[in-house]
Amino acid sequence: MNRGKPAALVIGGGIAGIQAALDIADAGYPVYLVEREPSIGGRMAQLDKTFPTLDCSSCILTPKMVDVGNHPNIKLMTYSDVVSIDGVSESANQRMFHVQVRKKPRYVDVDKCTGCGSCAEACRMKGRVTSHFNEGISKRSAVYVPFPQAVPLKYTVDPEACLLLTRGRCGKTLLCKDACPAGAIDFEQREELVDLEVGAVIVATGFDLLDPHLKPEFGYGVYPEVMTGLEFERLSSASGPTMGKITVDGKEPKDVVLIKCVGSREKDRRAFSLGRSSGAERQTSSRDPHTGVPYCSRICCMYTAKHAHLVRDQIPDARITVFYIDVRASGKGYEEFYDRVREEGVVYRRGEPAEVYRRGEKGDRNGRLVVAAEDTLLGKPVEVEADLVVLATAVVPRADAGQVAELVGIECSPDGFFQEAHVKMHPVETATDGIFLAGCCQGPKDIPDAVAQAKAAAASALVALRRLEG
Amino acid sequence: MMALKTAELTEQLELLGCIQCGKCTGGCPVARKTTLNIRSLIYHMLVEPEMDVDAHPELWDCTCCFTCVERCLKDVKPAELIIALRSQLVESGRIPDTVGAALMAIFRQGNPTGIAREDRANWGADLGIKVAQGGADRAGRFETLYFVGCIPAYDQRVQPVARALAQTLAAAGVDFCTLGTEESCCGNEVRRMGELGLFEMLVEKNSELIRSVGASRVVTTSPHCFNTFKNEYGLDGIEVLHYTQFITELIEEGKLKLSEPPPSKRGGREGGLTVTYHDPCFLGKQNHVFDEPRAILQAIPGVKLVEMDRSRERSLCCEGGGGRMWNEGTNLEERLAFQRVQEAADTGAEILAVACPFCLLTLEDAVKVQGLEERLKVMDIMELVSLALHNG
Repeated sequence: MNRGKPAALVIGGGIAGIQAALDIADAGYPVYLVEREPSIGGRMAQLDKTFPTLDCSSCILTPKMVDVGNHPNIKLMTYSDVVSIDGVSESANQRMFHVQVRKKPRYVDVDKCTGCGSCAEACRMKGRVTSHFNEGISKRSAVYVPFPQAVPLKYTVDPEACLLLTRGRCGKTLLCKDACPAGAIDFEQREELVDLEVGAVIVATGFDLLDPHLKPEFGYGVYPEVMTGLEFERLSSASGPTMGKITVDGKEPKDVVLIKCVGSREKDRRAFSLGRSSGAERQTSSRDPHTGVPYCSRICCMYTAKHAHLVRDQIPDARITVFYIDVRASGKGYEEFYDRVREEGVVYRRGEPAEVYRRGEKGDRNGRLVVAAEDTLLGKPVEVEADLVVLATAVVPRADAGQVAELVGIECSPDGFFQEAHVKMHPVETATDGIFLAGCCQGPKDIPDAVAQAKAAAASALVALRRLEG
Repeated sequence: MMALKTAELTEQLELLGCIQCGKCTGGCPVARKTTLNIRSLIYHMLVEPEMDVDAHPELWDCTCCFTCVERCLKDVKPAELIIALRSQLVESGRIPDTVGAALMAIFRQGNPTGIAREDRANWGADLGIKVAQGGADRAGRFETLYFVGCIPAYDQRVQPVARALAQTLAAAGVDFCTLGTEESCCGNEVRRMGELGLFEMLVEKNSELIRSVGASRVVTTSPHCFNTFKNEYGLDGIEVLHYTQFITELIEEGKLKLSEPPPSKRGGREGGLTVTYHDPCFLGKQNHVFDEPRAILQAIPGVKLVEMDRSRERSLCCEGGGGRMWNEGTNLEERLAFQRVQEAADTGAEILAVACPFCLLTLEDAVKVQGLEERLKVMDIMELVSLALHNG
């Protein structure tokens, strides 16, 4: 790293954080990129193809991840989180931040680990630990890399799943340790606190998706055929748990229904904490079926069109229905993609479905799912049978957005996302000098917008860094 | 022809927020069997200067299950438009005869059956139930007021539910009273049938009476009474509970000892008792009381609770609410209750448990019409509790 120059801190290693870090580093300034997961990549790493061009998501993301890993000006700190940030004003235009970062113990010596995977093969918990990266569709070991293209490609012991760490013992010998040819497994590791001095901070902490259990009418968690859009991404991804085969319970779905606006565009609803509410309020809202967010999540129209296309591509004789309220295809090539998908034989029906249930013949508990809606253009209720129902759940702020805002010293807007200094004129700055926003932590956006905003945040951060040099 | 000017009502009901997504009609249990389309009615209100309310006899089909209200993305209250349009018809006297008769009976006798007010307490005359007649001298004597409700008080099939509840409360040592013959219809269905004037009168009268008792809680048999007391009366400072909530509390506090109901008493098979539970709309969807009824059933030894596919928030309306007890609607061939009892029978349950007087009546009728009597018995949860009651 270029030690002679003031450094930037980027919090979050999704596509926005990656792009911002690369731009600042390319300009010759050192960057600390802090990511709490074992690998950078974020949501984009979970996606199959990207709309509207159908580029494979990991194919366009992985080179950037590798660049981050190799960049001389980027110090990558994965499996780490920011503990504190204290701003110290040197003068009007000069502000430095003391930052403390906590490096969680991986229980794997990253200098020794070659990423061979022998530990995961040997782990007693192999195939028994839920893979969050795969949205729960597959199981992994207690020592793992989240996905094969991970950067860094270093294994991590999951402290919530490892038998030794949860129960204090794991058989007579530690199988992972025995299996590791490099001697990298190290259960003596402890967390470390690292102090940093930076001149600019970019917050790029991303988003969560609405918990579909909050929309009980759709039967998520009740029916295996009902899944979220992100689960569908893992299902259709060639590097996913089914090698890209779209199946439900091992069977190829023939009737597929995609439901948009699940939890989005809902007025006066309190779906989740909005980052700030107390536990008590949350408890109340979990009993309240009035659950959703007031804004449009912006990405669902296009990814739903993409999902419809992916089903058509793989299952040519599938009957595909998209239920929509409005189709918002404003973006370069987006309307054209929507045209293409319809012309591929995807049926768009106007109406927000009301309910999903199982149609059982007398005594038959294994009947097919039915999506009940009004086709508002026909003006009558319809029932569409489905082997697969995909819910386009709302983009919501990270569950801990409120705490992060407090820690970093920025504000949340009423929707719970981080507040920019001015919605039009200062879109990447915050009310705090030297702290900038990139990506979906500021509000829902697609990949092109997240990348563009990251580049803007990087440019603004560079201005702040350059000023520090006098 | 009754031409209603749409603008004022549109504003009053805040219909302008509607984005015509159709989630209301898509989930409307009666839209599937009649021409009722609440989304389309709202659209008419939004874009036309007038509506011919007489041209919509299907307005009387709505059961006021409020599924549409619960699910509306924009917090528009679609069913409230139906109530408002019904009230236009009520005001001009254009209502089905049976609805008119029920409303008149409520006005005259305080109940929709038309049976005399003096007979209102007959259901439990032999039980030694204490009666608070209101008045200053009685105030504050009782902590719990049991509001019986019209159907439990007068309907022979439902009276045992009220008796079971009164006996159970007594067995648990709850010091409670009723309003005796002074109790009047809660007005929940009155409002939903559009008789807003009578509803206001009932609210005023009942509120005064309830307050005069000075009880800290009101317990109801019916989710319908529970709903209007809790959400529409403004009984501030008085806790309103459906009996399933109160009984759950009593069980949790160890005040009720339940044992396996003997097969001889319940007329069922030997061994365990398989029960499925039908969520009443006014208790479940509208007031989110889903867990307590199930907790009671599961507290009864020997009961195995099985769920229907459509349960909790997705429960199917029995079609007994919103005045539909006194009005058949435009399609009586395909009653939802018929479908519902079939779903219940398909679970293999021998008992279909309910927690609402209307559900009890509609579903029991449906069991008979569908010829399911050999397989399925409809019982109120309170009747099951009573059979299981082990207190001295």
